Amino acid sequence: MVKAPKANIDRRDILPQLFPKPEDWLFVSGLAGASCDAAALTGNGPNLYTMAGTMGAAVPMGLGLALSAPDRDVAVINGDGEMLMGIGSLVTVATAQPQNMTIVCQDNSMHRETGNQTGHTAGATNLETIAQGAGIISTMTIFEPDEIPAAQAFLADAPGPRFLVVRILPTMPCDFKRNFNMAECRVNFRRHFLENNNSSDNRN
Amino acid sequence: MNPDHPNAEWSAVMFDILRDAGIGLFTHVPDHGNDFLIALAMEHNDTRTLLLTSEEEGVAICAGADLVGKRAILCMQSSGVGNCPNYLSLAKGANFPILMMITMRGDYGEQNPWQYPMGEAVDSILETMGVLNFKVERRDELEKATLAAVDASGKGQKPAAIVLSQKFLGAKGF
Repeated sequence: MVKAPKANIDRRDILPQLFPKPEDWLFVSGLAGASCDAAALTGNGPNLYTMAGTMGAAVPMGLGLALSAPDRDVAVINGDGEMLMGIGSLVTVATAQPQNMTIVCQDNSMHRETGNQTGHTAGATNLETIAQGAGIISTMTIFEPDEIPAAQAFLADAPGPRFLVVRILPTMPCDFKRNFNMAECRVNFRRHFLENNNSSDNRN
Repeated sequence: MNPDHPNAEWSAVMFDILRDAGIGLFTHVPDHGNDFLIALAMEHNDTRTLLLTSEEEGVAICAGADLVGKRAILCMQSSGVGNCPNYLSLAKGANFPILMMITMRGDYGEQNPWQYPMGEAVDSILETMGVLNFKVERRDELEKATLAAVDASGKGQKPAAIVLSQKFLGAKGF
């Protein structure tokens, strides 16, 4: 098996550095650790929809959000396993080209939630080159903390859609108790968005 | 668009009902049964289309639209229903009122044996995942079934599918 390059970024403090003003964003996060870290970032805020199942659905849900709220910045936070299970959705994102969409994939090269089993990106698989092949306009991978300023500039300035792979250390995610009531999370997100965006065609 | 397309008449009727209901995003996996509807959605200024790589993406995209109060539809062939159940957790468990338009294969006069296993499973998958099933077997059922599905998934807040049978669409020769 090809060895992946060593990563030295701690997942527990990367998202606040990439999103210093999380209230300015709409977030969708994929299952397991990505949702723990995203919930810690926003304080489980109503501008975040977290998942704990439907593996692979984070990117297409974020795409639906980005296309339906074109005036807002939308970010998807997911892990490498989640990304690979819905890998075709990168092609759909590339075709749709939502300029307001960012994907941050926290790649620990393993399935931590199910017992630290080795993932594809521990070997020959490179998520950034897959995204390039899908047709995503802006892509980047970082491995070391000293690359974080460049990643911040990438999120701020690169044309969307943007795909950032953060190779992270194999630590636990943030210790944050998030809301697992998936229906309540939907209602909270919708209500917060619609109350703060006076949408004329709010039908429900 | 070809006005002589065999689906032109009813597709226009269905499109007007969907557009009037505020459905602005038509996600789709290409199929002969939905291609005129999708062509109409491509052409109209109020609607846009989005080609998927696999049908389950459409479930999640429709859910993302709902999070900000917008409406979308997933248009697919019956075989694609088999790709959707896991993501339909968003419908059954989180009450996202996903709307689908399903063109059947493997039900009435089908000549391709590969289409039968999934065609025969559509009703039970929809029922299992909590999606209301509005069938169209005759032309005079189209408006009512489309309106029923649109209203169920709108004010009714229930996941719903318009299911067009091969009795209505016609089975293609094989």
